[in-house]
Amino acid sequence: MEAIFGRLSLEAIPYHEPIIMAAGGMMALAGLAVLIFLTKKKLWGVFWHDWLTSVDHKKIGIMYIVVAIVMLLRGFSDAIMMRTHQMLANYPETGYLPPHHYDQIFTAHGVIMIFFVAMPLVVGLMNAIIPLQIGARDVAFPFLNSLSFWLFVTGALLVNVSLVIGDFAATGWLAYPPLSELTYSPTVGVDYYIWALQLSGLGTLLTGVNFLVTILKMRAPGMNLMHMPIFTWSALCTNILIVAAFPVLTATLAMLTLDRYLGMHFFTNDAGGNVMMYINLIWIWGHPEVYILVLPAFGIFSEVISTFSQKKLFGYVSMVYALMVIAILSFIVWLHHFFTMGSGANVNAFFGITTMIIAIPTGVKVFNWLFTMYRGKIVFGTPILWTLGFIITFTIGGMTGVMLAVPGIDYVLHNSLFLIAHFHNTIIGGAVFGYFAGITFWWPKMFGYRLDEKWGKRAFWGWLIGFFVAFMPLYVLGFFGMTRRTNHYANDVWQIWLIVAAVGAFIILFGIVSQLMMFYVSYRDRERLADVSGDPWNGRTLEWSTPSPAPFYNFAQLPVINDLDALAHLKDSGWTSDKAPNYYSPIHMPKNTDSGVIIGLLTFVFGFAFIWHIWWLVIASFLVIIFFVIREANKRDIDYIVPVDEIEKIENAYYKRLRTAHAGDGL
Amino acid sequence: MTFFKLPIWLKANLVVLISSLLLTACDKGVLHPQGAVGVQNKELIIVTTALMLIVVIPVIVMALWFTYRYRADRPDADKDFDPQWSHNTWIEILMWTIPIIIIAILAVITWRSTHALDPYKPLETQKDNPPLEIQVVAQNWKWLFIYPEQDIAVVNELYLPVDRPVSFKITSDTVMNSFFIPRLGSQIYAMSSMVTQLHLIANEPGVYNGLSANYSGPGFSDMKFLAHAVDKQGFDDWVSKIKAGDNKVLDTAVYEELSKPSENHAIEYFKSAQPDMFDYIVNQYSSDTQQQNQFIESNEVNQRDNKNAVNKGLESDLKDDGEGSINPAAPSNKDDAQEADAQ
Repeated sequence: MEAIFGRLSLEAIPYHEPIIMAAGGMMALAGLAVLIFLTKKKLWGVFWHDWLTSVDHKKIGIMYIVVAIVMLLRGFSDAIMMRTHQMLANYPETGYLPPHHYDQIFTAHGVIMIFFVAMPLVVGLMNAIIPLQIGARDVAFPFLNSLSFWLFVTGALLVNVSLVIGDFAATGWLAYPPLSELTYSPTVGVDYYIWALQLSGLGTLLTGVNFLVTILKMRAPGMNLMHMPIFTWSALCTNILIVAAFPVLTATLAMLTLDRYLGMHFFTNDAGGNVMMYINLIWIWGHPEVYILVLPAFGIFSEVISTFSQKKLFGYVSMVYALMVIAILSFIVWLHHFFTMGSGANVNAFFGITTMIIAIPTGVKVFNWLFTMYRGKIVFGTPILWTLGFIITFTIGGMTGVMLAVPGIDYVLHNSLFLIAHFHNTIIGGAVFGYFAGITFWWPKMFGYRLDEKWGKRAFWGWLIGFFVAFMPLYVLGFFGMTRRTNHYANDVWQIWLIVAAVGAFIILFGIVSQLMMFYVSYRDRERLADVSGDPWNGRTLEWSTPSPAPFYNFAQLPVINDLDALAHLKDSGWTSDKAPNYYSPIHMPKNTDSGVIIGLLTFVFGFAFIWHIWWLVIASFLVIIFFVIREANKRDIDYIVPVDEIEKIENAYYKRLRTAHAGDGL
Repeated sequence: MTFFKLPIWLKANLVVLISSLLLTACDKGVLHPQGAVGVQNKELIIVTTALMLIVVIPVIVMALWFTYRYRADRPDADKDFDPQWSHNTWIEILMWTIPIIIIAILAVITWRSTHALDPYKPLETQKDNPPLEIQVVAQNWKWLFIYPEQDIAVVNELYLPVDRPVSFKITSDTVMNSFFIPRLGSQIYAMSSMVTQLHLIANEPGVYNGLSANYSGPGFSDMKFLAHAVDKQGFDDWVSKIKAGDNKVLDTAVYEELSKPSENHAIEYFKSAQPDMFDYIVNQYSSDTQQQNQFIESNEVNQRDNKNAVNKGLESDLKDDGEGSINPAAPSNKDDAQEADAQ
């Protein structure tokens, strides 16, 4: 049996845990509902040909965002379980989650929110918008893009499968050894962690390479680097960081894998292993990672604030330099995550000071945003609300970040709930608000209709108020000396603050429900909210010069760029969206391929087999993966020419829609 | 001690304002320190917050005011609307300079305070008041404290004489933890095969919570102890109570039994501890290294006595890790003295 199933047996399914079984059942039901829906509506063909095998960056972007939102629900249920558990866990009560379960939940929450919510939202928005913003027809390597997406899905699937087959890591989201070594974590939990991150991390690395090349090599004629929209700049910085940082994650996880699978001693207690090496390495990746998450959000805010103030971005050059300075500095601050490890005072002081230097370019960016509003005409759409919420929230998070950067302060606040409050303050108030602003801002470009403002604003207030109610108490609890990852405690004062924090989590829940309502209501009212012109916000950058949603080739004619804010300049020189060009030329486009989805699902089998030590399946799936890689690499039929007739047909339909809409305006 | 000189009136006002803001919300924690180290930690928190607020408050005010002032539906919106205005040299110079100045001030504070608060730096002491050494071992999931001077050992209870500096030598039996008594100040990691150091002092008598501040597995939440800061008489009474009581001696056999994982472990006393107990714990994982050395260096190592072989293995580790401040077992007093010099 062991030769066939490895360590896998029926005992791996936690029948006796009602919460897990209910959650697993819910997930299975939801999956089943989707399958039935697709079968009933006979949508399998469309689903396969138009989505799963698509190499169109716009569709891949949408798929990233959809998976991210599903995973957000999973990660948030973990969050609300933690908040309600801690609220109840005052002595003599110990809450409703035993440590074994609770420890997996906080680990899964961190892993899911960073790797499977924030990362795919970043990558999804980059996919959806970057090629449009730089006047390209697709990314540089369309198949690689599809493969990246499916590797990410593999990671997400592994995390979800761990819920019902076996268990997940109970080590904290960075799986510090020696706790994550076989001696102290003998179950498959850490293996799930390793393979989920390893495979999705590989996908992220490929994305980084892809977008770096796309941005550097595929810009429209005339768009030099200092004509690039600021979101593209932020994406460029992020992809540089990905390419530089993710190999470190890969190597670190590989070493942990060797420790666990082959009995090596990179990070074990014995035989010369050293945990300090892991902790250094993981943060050499981990600190740039937080900037990978937040820089694109900075880019989004810059676009939003300039568009909604109806004004040029203040200090574009300062902004670009600030982005690059942050990107570079992010590699020399990693030690601030462990001042308490006992480094000498010189080392700690050095890393403390480099950390606070990051506050300088960040502060500059904040002032740039403020002065972009100065002498503008600010329209209060939902995206600008997220931006204003961000400026206020993030400034507070920046302040507490500088506090933690002082080693003498970190010595008493390290690993406390103050730290938890700080990084949620920057990640929610900085990155996540940015993604939501971006989703609202670019939704019409992706789907052809705007999002409902009423539900959008409810979502914003839910998140903003919920954030403050949920996390300000954690700052206070940090001062009390309450440590993160505490399962239970004996302190009546703490409990009061934890109850407040739990209420905050439910206010955020209201925000999330509002967002789901927003998606539903907007889809229902898509006629009313239709974006016919392709330019609903009076945009300033190229993506708004195409129809919404953009045709698969993006631009019928590649634009020629002369300045920053390309579209704003075009508009000033008399350009309007309803003027058809005089002629079209044939367009060269990539063909869809099924290799991405097939290789992606095979890596899932590969990872799963590795986790459960099913060696024959590891070898078999690996060989099949290699076969499909070779097949894809030898394909000759990977592209085609879109004839002028087809382009004309698509473009004429768009101009007809425009004319009808204008006629409607006339009534 | 101060890290940064503000005018006294300003400092007094800031301290009163901020501490009243923070302290109304807090009862007992790092903002109510009971020892000199914690007092400095707290002072840093207040000074840093005050400096940051110089930027943070104007930013928040500007964000709200600009939003209101430049809303699209204001009367006469077109009068001061300037869509092309995107550069002003003076504003840009200011927006780079102000953060740079504040961060420069903070950098100086950081450099000084990090050296002043270095957990490895022994506290200033009088000749007649030498520091008390306590060896700390994080186990799954309890704290073992060995008092070499008093020759006793305790699980999950700590007694400190008030006003006497304490020098903690910290290691871990298994996984990583962090040794932390919030109201006395700084914390430091406990890592197996390595010894970290922490110097604290309790200036007020009292009972303070102690805990592990680094998640270490299922029993982590109960890895707590009470730190009793008592006068000299109280401390001596506590020691003699343990010595006189019907308690075991902590030798390697008892230690192996004790090191088995347990949760919510009760307080336990040992009336004596094997003299090299702490070194034994720190070196317990070295056997493999020793075997490897034997394998490589063949008979040479075999002829040495056990202890030397162990130390040799550790020394080569030390060379590799480059950062001298975290020392593997530095058992003899001589080594300690060298360390102190190096600081």
